Amino acid sequence: MTAYIPIEMTRGRSVGADRAFSLFTTGAAWFVLLLLGATALSMAWGGRLAFQTFGLEFITSSEWDAVQGKFGALVPIYGTLVTSAIALLIAFPISIGIALFLTEIAPRWSRGPIGIAVELLAAIPSIIYGMWGLFVFAPFMGAHVEPWLTDHLGAWPILGTLFDGPPIGIGMLTAGIVLGIMIIPFIAAVARDVFAEVPAPLKEAAVALGSTRWEVLTKVTLPYTRSAIIGAIFLGLGRALGETMAVTFVLGNAHDLSLSLLMPSNSIAAAIANEFTEADSQLYRSSLIALAFLLFVVTFIVLSLAKLLLLRLKRVHGRTL
Amino acid sequence: MTLSRARKRKIVDGMALVFAGAATLFGLVWLFWILWTTLQQGIGALSPTLFTQMTPPPGSQGGLLNAFYGSAVMILLAVAIGAPIGLAAGTYLAEHGRYTRLGTVVGFLNDVLLSAPSIVIGLFVYEMVVVSMGHFSGFAGALALAMILLPVIVRTSDEALRLVPDQMREAAFALGIPRWKVTLQILYKAALSAILTGILLGVARIAGETAPLLFTALSNQFWTSSLNEPLANLPVVIFQYAMSPYDEWHELAWAGALMLTLFVLGLNIAVRLIVRRGKR
Repeated sequence: MTAYIPIEMTRGRSVGADRAFSLFTTGAAWFVLLLLGATALSMAWGGRLAFQTFGLEFITSSEWDAVQGKFGALVPIYGTLVTSAIALLIAFPISIGIALFLTEIAPRWSRGPIGIAVELLAAIPSIIYGMWGLFVFAPFMGAHVEPWLTDHLGAWPILGTLFDGPPIGIGMLTAGIVLGIMIIPFIAAVARDVFAEVPAPLKEAAVALGSTRWEVLTKVTLPYTRSAIIGAIFLGLGRALGETMAVTFVLGNAHDLSLSLLMPSNSIAAAIANEFTEADSQLYRSSLIALAFLLFVVTFIVLSLAKLLLLRLKRVHGRTL
Repeated sequence: MTLSRARKRKIVDGMALVFAGAATLFGLVWLFWILWTTLQQGIGALSPTLFTQMTPPPGSQGGLLNAFYGSAVMILLAVAIGAPIGLAAGTYLAEHGRYTRLGTVVGFLNDVLLSAPSIVIGLFVYEMVVVSMGHFSGFAGALALAMILLPVIVRTSDEALRLVPDQMREAAFALGIPRWKVTLQILYKAALSAILTGILLGVARIAGETAPLLFTALSNQFWTSSLNEPLANLPVVIFQYAMSPYDEWHELAWAGALMLTLFVLGLNIAVRLIVRRGKR
């Protein structure tokens, strides 16, 4: 601990310089906090007009009418939640599979390159996902996947309503899948790292008792890493909720509430991206900023939970993940 | 026929392993599909005029020169603003505030900020800068990018400094070197490549950011070197052109998308190669 001598113990001419440097770095740290707080405050302040005007109706009404000045954000909120849920449903099993493959199955020489390739999925700018989604993936969904879904699942009770709609490619299902692809690398990277942290003796003991690799995963690895895996899911959720450009391209910017996943919808981030520069009234702008406030608060909570869960494994086992 | 328990377990195990392989393949298919699309569409649209002409009005030929220029200027300015503050805050987390409550809180919230929705950051800069200046500007865009860059730099420089062995600090203190000099001249030097790596990763991150620029830099069809006016930039131009109904604009959007993807992925791969070589 000698490296962390308090500032008062350093003597000589440099005390002033030392104090100044310490103050400078402390100030920078405070600045990070200040930015976060200022962002939340400025969104709350900017959105106050909408909150005052509509009250709770702001999140329960689905009427979004710029001409009459009525703004109920149920559709973008619903769209955000549904697309994020689809994204998690896809990304979670795939990410666990990738982590299992990279830690247990793949030949050692191939783990590095495959791991990097998966990480590169996170590096591709979201606007590229959006363009690819709009020009390539949405037409593909509309031509091949969605007609099949409607034909085979559309007649089912309850579940059928989710897949009953025009196969136009643009909509919540397509947006959810694109979001799922985008968050795979985040969940997979954490899962791979924590899987590798499971002490070998635990796994060896399970194998010695005759466990198969699947049993080692479900009965040793996953229980051991549970909090971090849930943290990784929250991290992916936080990313999915706030993702803007990719969703803006493939969601269709519609303000109608519909149960079908094949229908165009809206999300909080996409609504802001599409409409903010066109918002011509004070109330309109305020409503969009109020949406941003809701998004910021929700992602803040989700990401904080993610971080806490990820820290838990670290604290229990004293390792840096 | 009833399967024996052992056989059933083996089959389940086999299926799980096949699923894991398939999942990995599933993940990689998207990467190659997206890259293939971008290459295929982008290469066809490449031409020398891309780098010599301005963004055209609808229905005519042109290039992306002003967009490249605007993006480069805003990224450089964002690094110039965000990197020093981020490095200072990272220094606090790793050195002065490592065991303090403030350090813990800042480290925690910085990680939250790292994944915060970038569109909200765009709106924040709009509220703070664009509203008070009265107009969109390249300067506001650079500030928004700097705010996204900041947590990346804080995180990477914190980690970089923590990797410097404590013996080095102790040896320096034993020689009577004041703390600020130890940090500036010894620790920064020891962590230099890791800090630079962090900055490069940050550049790769902000180069493709579109959402925060929509309400800050906006875009500009014409050439301007003033940071006080709306400034053309690659991501927003790609967005506008891709969403437009014009074929010429689509082509330019794909060409821009290819350049952007090559730049971002190239940086990412280069950084990983540097890191790997450093470890050997």
